[in-house]
Amino acid sequence: MITLTVNGKQHQYDDDENMPLLWALRDILNYKGTKYGCGKGLCGACTVHLNGQPIRSCATPVSVVGDQKITTIEGLSENGDHPVQEAWQELNVPQCGYCQSGQIMSAVALLKSNPSPTDEQIDIAMSGNICRCGTYERIRKAIHRAAQLKIDVKEQS
Amino acid sequence: MKTIENVSRRNLLKGLGIGSGALVLAVNFPEFIGMPKAIAAGQISKFEPSVYVHINSDNTVGIVVHRSEMGQGIRTSIPMIVADELEADWQQIKVIQGLGDKKYGSQNTDGSRSVRRFYYPLREAGVTARTMLEQAAAQQWQVPVEQVFAKEGYIHHGSSGKKVPFGELVEAASRLPVPDPQALTLKESKDFNFIGKSDVALVDGHDIVTGNTTYGYDVDLPGMEYVVIARPPVLASALESFDASKAKAIKGVIDVVALDNLQEPPLFKPLGGVAVIAKNSWAAMQGRDALDIKWKVSDHKVYNTDTYKQMLKDSCDNAEAVLRKKGDVDTALASADKVLAGEYYVPELIHVPMEPPAAAAHFHNGQFDIWACTQTPQSAQNTVATLLNVAPEKVNINVTLLGGGFGRKSKPDFIVEAALMSKRRGKPVKVLWTREDEIKNGYYHAVSYQKIKAALGPNNEVNAWKHDVALPTISSTFAKGANVIGGEADLGLIDMPYDIANVQCAAGKATAHTRIGWLRSVTNINQAFAICSFADELARNAGEDPKDYLLKLIGKDRQINLAEENAKYGNYGEPMEKYPIDTARLKNVVERVAKMSDWNKPRAEGKALGIAVHRSFVSYVACVAEVSKKADGKIKVDKVWLSVDCGTAVNPERIRSQMEGAAVFGVSIAFFGELTAKDGVIEQSNFHDYPIARIADSPVTNVDIVESDDLPGGVGEPGVPPVVPAITNAIYELTGTRYRELPLNKMGIV
Repeated sequence: MITLTVNGKQHQYDDDENMPLLWALRDILNYKGTKYGCGKGLCGACTVHLNGQPIRSCATPVSVVGDQKITTIEGLSENGDHPVQEAWQELNVPQCGYCQSGQIMSAVALLKSNPSPTDEQIDIAMSGNICRCGTYERIRKAIHRAAQLKIDVKEQS
Repeated sequence: MKTIENVSRRNLLKGLGIGSGALVLAVNFPEFIGMPKAIAAGQISKFEPSVYVHINSDNTVGIVVHRSEMGQGIRTSIPMIVADELEADWQQIKVIQGLGDKKYGSQNTDGSRSVRRFYYPLREAGVTARTMLEQAAAQQWQVPVEQVFAKEGYIHHGSSGKKVPFGELVEAASRLPVPDPQALTLKESKDFNFIGKSDVALVDGHDIVTGNTTYGYDVDLPGMEYVVIARPPVLASALESFDASKAKAIKGVIDVVALDNLQEPPLFKPLGGVAVIAKNSWAAMQGRDALDIKWKVSDHKVYNTDTYKQMLKDSCDNAEAVLRKKGDVDTALASADKVLAGEYYVPELIHVPMEPPAAAAHFHNGQFDIWACTQTPQSAQNTVATLLNVAPEKVNINVTLLGGGFGRKSKPDFIVEAALMSKRRGKPVKVLWTREDEIKNGYYHAVSYQKIKAALGPNNEVNAWKHDVALPTISSTFAKGANVIGGEADLGLIDMPYDIANVQCAAGKATAHTRIGWLRSVTNINQAFAICSFADELARNAGEDPKDYLLKLIGKDRQINLAEENAKYGNYGEPMEKYPIDTARLKNVVERVAKMSDWNKPRAEGKALGIAVHRSFVSYVACVAEVSKKADGKIKVDKVWLSVDCGTAVNPERIRSQMEGAAVFGVSIAFFGELTAKDGVIEQSNFHDYPIARIADSPVTNVDIVESDDLPGGVGEPGVPPVVPAITNAIYELTGTRYRELPLNKMGIV
């Protein structure tokens, strides 16, 4: 039995400990916002945060996660108003939307470590996230916009 | 009026927490044929003058999106069209995803035709509802109907200032006869509230950024089993034997069963193989990988990419199926001052939507309830009905969001797999395709070889154009042994728009060894690559500016009549008189893209431009690409400019996003796209060996939309074809090397 902490909520997990976190989240714990795209850590659709760091949940067994804190897209904000989520909506970033949970989780992690990244830094940080629809340019713009929103939030508070 | 709600299904989903507008079950709407509506006893809570729209007494407006959302924004664009004519307030709109049902007309969401085909029917639905609401209010106020008007969800009376919300007119409007469409007046474009506006947020935007969406992969049914299938690596191979002992030993694996072998032609039938049934996705995938299977390998094992390429090349020299013939190319070539020739090769490609195919099915009481990421619910319904021997009415297809489609999800083979597995198991099941499955067992974009020859006169004028192609045909998927292209010729081959006296387009034979399907833009990809590259080659040969030369090649303003040139041209299903091949529009987008890209401005050292233009899906798109050499010597596409004339631009914001996506899609094809086969087996399996463009590969895109009141054309696909040749033409300008074969990463330059 493992206790998995997802978005601050504890779940008792007694299935296969070798199961990648992705499938434990989706099939066992019913967090379906995190998506499957490749199963090999190649596309980033399954990106979640482990103690605030972005990981590929499709290539991370539950046994490795243990009691560390998992954050999924569902836990990013209470009302979908995280600056990255707001910027994404403001710029109508998504097309099909399938990869965007992973894109957003990678972007949030980037902005945490680098509050005001350059295009080049964005390209490096986001290189593991594929979007077949080709929303990359808007992703770049939305990350800059979210950086701006974050500054605005800070200045207000 | 009778509304039937399938309570069991609704409760099932409710219990699962599926909702949020992403997967709302449509109810069965009554048909109407312009007759007075029968009124059921009791209070009327819904006014429903059309299958596409209804108004509820709580003042919400239900708009049915009968087309599939796969990123093109149709769940936003359809409501924009209906709400505009209805004069609804955007906040009162509830978007309802339509079930598969022929009452909606075609739901086949491919061919870039959702807006093109439904712009007027949807406007008619909106204006019908609005007119009846106005009539109901006028009756209520006892004023002439001319004195009332609809605005932002209310009917107003002009002189008195009275107003009534739509919802309060539901009962009265329901009692009125549905007006004759001829008697309705559509709005003038200057009065549009939503059509042509760019400030409408995506209907699903909030759900997407919060992870509150339901794609095919996400559907969950109580007691559901998960199925992953080992399909034959070589098409139509038969199962000889299998050992499931290791698979069954995996925790969570419930059972392993053999499926029927595929009998060709493939159509949309399951491919056969061995299915692993498990308690979760991971166990099913693990179980599948643990199977030990022996196949009786089919004759398609002869398929090897290298020898196939040579075969296609030879086949171009025996291109006997003449598809367009004007004048006499052979005589012109024989008497030419100079003959210029180019040979082009585009490999086999696959869709790789981020969400691989997935479908959930529940067979109970003789009927199938199905949830799937399908582009074509009616085809899914009919295919399941035919193959599993039930009436189509017994097959309910619920359309989820699609995590990309690109043509893959208009083939319902995976949905049939889910249906038959549910029937077999007597339980709800979900069939999941892994990325490997999607790449190795797809419906492929055909590998193609093309040869173009031009006869040039003394001043480099083009007197003849001879274009021979060879590629396995989509028809082979539907008729065993079909080996000459059909509809593919209409997608950028025979509609070559240059003004040349002698033209011949012909196709050679090619036997398919994989399922051939359609991928976004279809054969426009390879045919535009060849034609637009060759135009650039002709310009260079003549020592002229490629843009000026291109305009010259297109020639005078005219409507091209292919029927006069012995060509049977499908024109994307549209009548030529409504959607002609109009060279003026083609030249216009060339001029506009040249202007916006500052074509004539010299570029900095190490940067260069290329240009291409192509009409497809009855829209016109010109592209300029700017490429540069990076410090490591590799080439990057820095910028792409696209000018698009798609007639009336209903949702310019989504048109821009489709063009941005087309630029990236084009980069993927130009740089990376290549499948290879060895002994009939596709060698690639995932994003490491079938790479697609990542963020650093993606250009900065500038999109220009021609303002037009013409009939709406396609948007989802027309952007892609000119991008690839614009890139290779730019690379020629930069490096002096002509790349006639894709992908470019094989050449070591990207």
